[in-house]
Amino acid sequence: MSELTIKQSGPAIFLGRLGRSTLRGCEQLGDATMLGFHALSLIFSKPWQGKHFVLQLYALGVGSLAIIVITGAFTGMVLALQGYYTLAKFGSESLLGAGVGMSIIRELGPVLGAFMIIGRAGSSITAEIGIMRVTEQTDALEMMAVNPKQRILLPRIVAVILAVPLLVAIFDVVGIGTGYIVGVELLGVNPGAYMAELVAKISMHDMYGGWVKSVVFGFLIGIICTYMGYRAVPTTEGVAQATTQAVVISSVCVLIIDYILTSFFL
Amino acid sequence: MQAYRRIEMTVGAFVIVGLLAITWLAVKVGQVGGLGESGYSLVANFDDAGGVRKGSDIMMAGVVIGRIDSVKLTDNDHATMLLRINNDVKITEDAFASVRTKGIIGDRYIRITQGMEEEILEAGSEIEETESAINIEDLISKYIFSGKE
Amino acid sequence: MIRAERLSKLFGDVAALSPTDVHIRSGKITAIMGGSGSGKTTLLRLLAGLEKPSSGHIWYGNEDLCTISDKRLYQLRESMGMLFQYSALLNSLNVYDNVAFPLHEHTDLDEAVIRTMVSMKLEQVGLRGFEHLMPSELSGGMAKRVAFARAIAMDPKIVFFDEPTSGLDPISSGVISTLIKDTSTKNRMTSIVVTHDVPAGLSIADHIILLWQGRIIAEGSPDEIRHSTDERVQQFLEGRPDGPIPFSRSTTSYIDDLTHKPGTVRLES
Repeated sequence: MSELTIKQSGPAIFLGRLGRSTLRGCEQLGDATMLGFHALSLIFSKPWQGKHFVLQLYALGVGSLAIIVITGAFTGMVLALQGYYTLAKFGSESLLGAGVGMSIIRELGPVLGAFMIIGRAGSSITAEIGIMRVTEQTDALEMMAVNPKQRILLPRIVAVILAVPLLVAIFDVVGIGTGYIVGVELLGVNPGAYMAELVAKISMHDMYGGWVKSVVFGFLIGIICTYMGYRAVPTTEGVAQATTQAVVISSVCVLIIDYILTSFFL
Repeated sequence: MQAYRRIEMTVGAFVIVGLLAITWLAVKVGQVGGLGESGYSLVANFDDAGGVRKGSDIMMAGVVIGRIDSVKLTDNDHATMLLRINNDVKITEDAFASVRTKGIIGDRYIRITQGMEEEILEAGSEIEETESAINIEDLISKYIFSGKE
Repeated sequence: MIRAERLSKLFGDVAALSPTDVHIRSGKITAIMGGSGSGKTTLLRLLAGLEKPSSGHIWYGNEDLCTISDKRLYQLRESMGMLFQYSALLNSLNVYDNVAFPLHEHTDLDEAVIRTMVSMKLEQVGLRGFEHLMPSELSGGMAKRVAFARAIAMDPKIVFFDEPTSGLDPISSGVISTLIKDTSTKNRMTSIVVTHDVPAGLSIADHIILLWQGRIIAEGSPDEIRHSTDERVQQFLEGRPDGPIPFSRSTTSYIDDLTHKPGTVRLES
């Protein structure tokens, strides 16, 4: 046999790779959307999965509560501290409440909350589903006439969609509360001014912005993390890789979508 | 089954805490200006609203006492504003409303100065004495043209 | 009862199964045997409807598994069971809940009745009294037995066994083989067993299908297989390393590779 080597120029290799990865990205995006919505479409099919929604809400929602309270608390405290020193330069410490509340409700609550939920709940969703694939548990369900998309994927997606807005609201309240403690109790901002400015400067519009974001992030996290687990290469390395990717991809998506949503809601 | 009951209860508590947080944010923080539907409204006409808009502050002696509900053009030549004033603030019949600016380049707001009369304004009545926004461009052009003539 | 017509499966460009006709007789044990990579697991997964074939039909009675609705497929599966190679017990549930799982899902029986049925199935596999253990606390052989109990929990008509004896010690694998043989005859189940364990396959099966590289190379009763004159069949039964089934899986010639004359097209990257 004669030697046959096809020589490729640098740009050709680069374009080839770019094209391949773009196509692959589009393919995955479509596949993930289809899988997610297929699972969601099974919500009203029999049998009703109520018990599994509760169990997942417990595992993913209640399980993430501690980390959300901790991050919320420290975010509020740091914002109050930083904000105070900046505002004090202009002699407008009274705006501290507005500053802390605005940043948390519009931006930090949804985004940092989403990050924490990705780390705590998202990664465990991917790893759990991936392991179920590797050990053929999903096939076993399938053979026992239980649809794994309905039993495994659906409750997790629904639980995340419900849990994210609730957790983000808790994050917001805790953050505003610790901001108050640091600002008023430690730094001596007028207590009336903190709450009054907070209430005066934040409108319902800002609230909607935060809520829409948290619901959208819930969808994103639910669909991406279940997809990555369900379509993971069924080996131990495959699951490990899928879990890392799920965290990275959902975090990046959250930031990108956050920018897009902010530009719409401003 | 016992374990599942406990999980169910925990989830219930979690959902309630979350909903309480949302409600607190919506009712306490989100409410426009902390007033909502409380307070009473007054009407005032201005030749030039000068950028005051819905949600702008109303101040008396430097204290916020209310918020603008709406700004509309009436009879194609002047602006009519609906002012929402806190219930505990009473305004005299001859009070004076003017469009002002916070600092040199700050937000526009309405300043109300109390008059001398004893009578106070009923809800829905009009503040007769108003002063429009001071338009710097107008002042300058007036000065230039008067100089030419 | 189950007939496959011109059934094939491609993974990318690689044919895991070339167009094959298979006939599974009802109430009998059919063993699908062959070396690793011969396509036997693929064939089993196709027959169980876990994968869609690239071409061909699978007839259950007069219904084609490849075209029926999901709803009907799930209905059919209520009368099927499957024992997976790595047991595939649901690891969030204990032994009792695993065996009771199909009963909880598809019947409205009273918990007391289910408890009795689970005890009976566990007694059949010799593990009564282990209900409270979690799958992670079981040895491989015990997990297989629990999975066996789960597979037959609904008294299915058809049971698929994927490598039921692989990774087990001789005693455990003997236990599983006996269980398959006994329950199949007792319950008149149609059993389809995929295995590369020659003695086990020959001893329990009524009918044997021998696969090599995605093709059927021999088919028949254990005796017919034993006395086959086909060299490849004899090599497989005796486990000789070299013969008509070559030892080397390389496709390029050894001397070319040693002298760095690759015979395949390579992309420079």
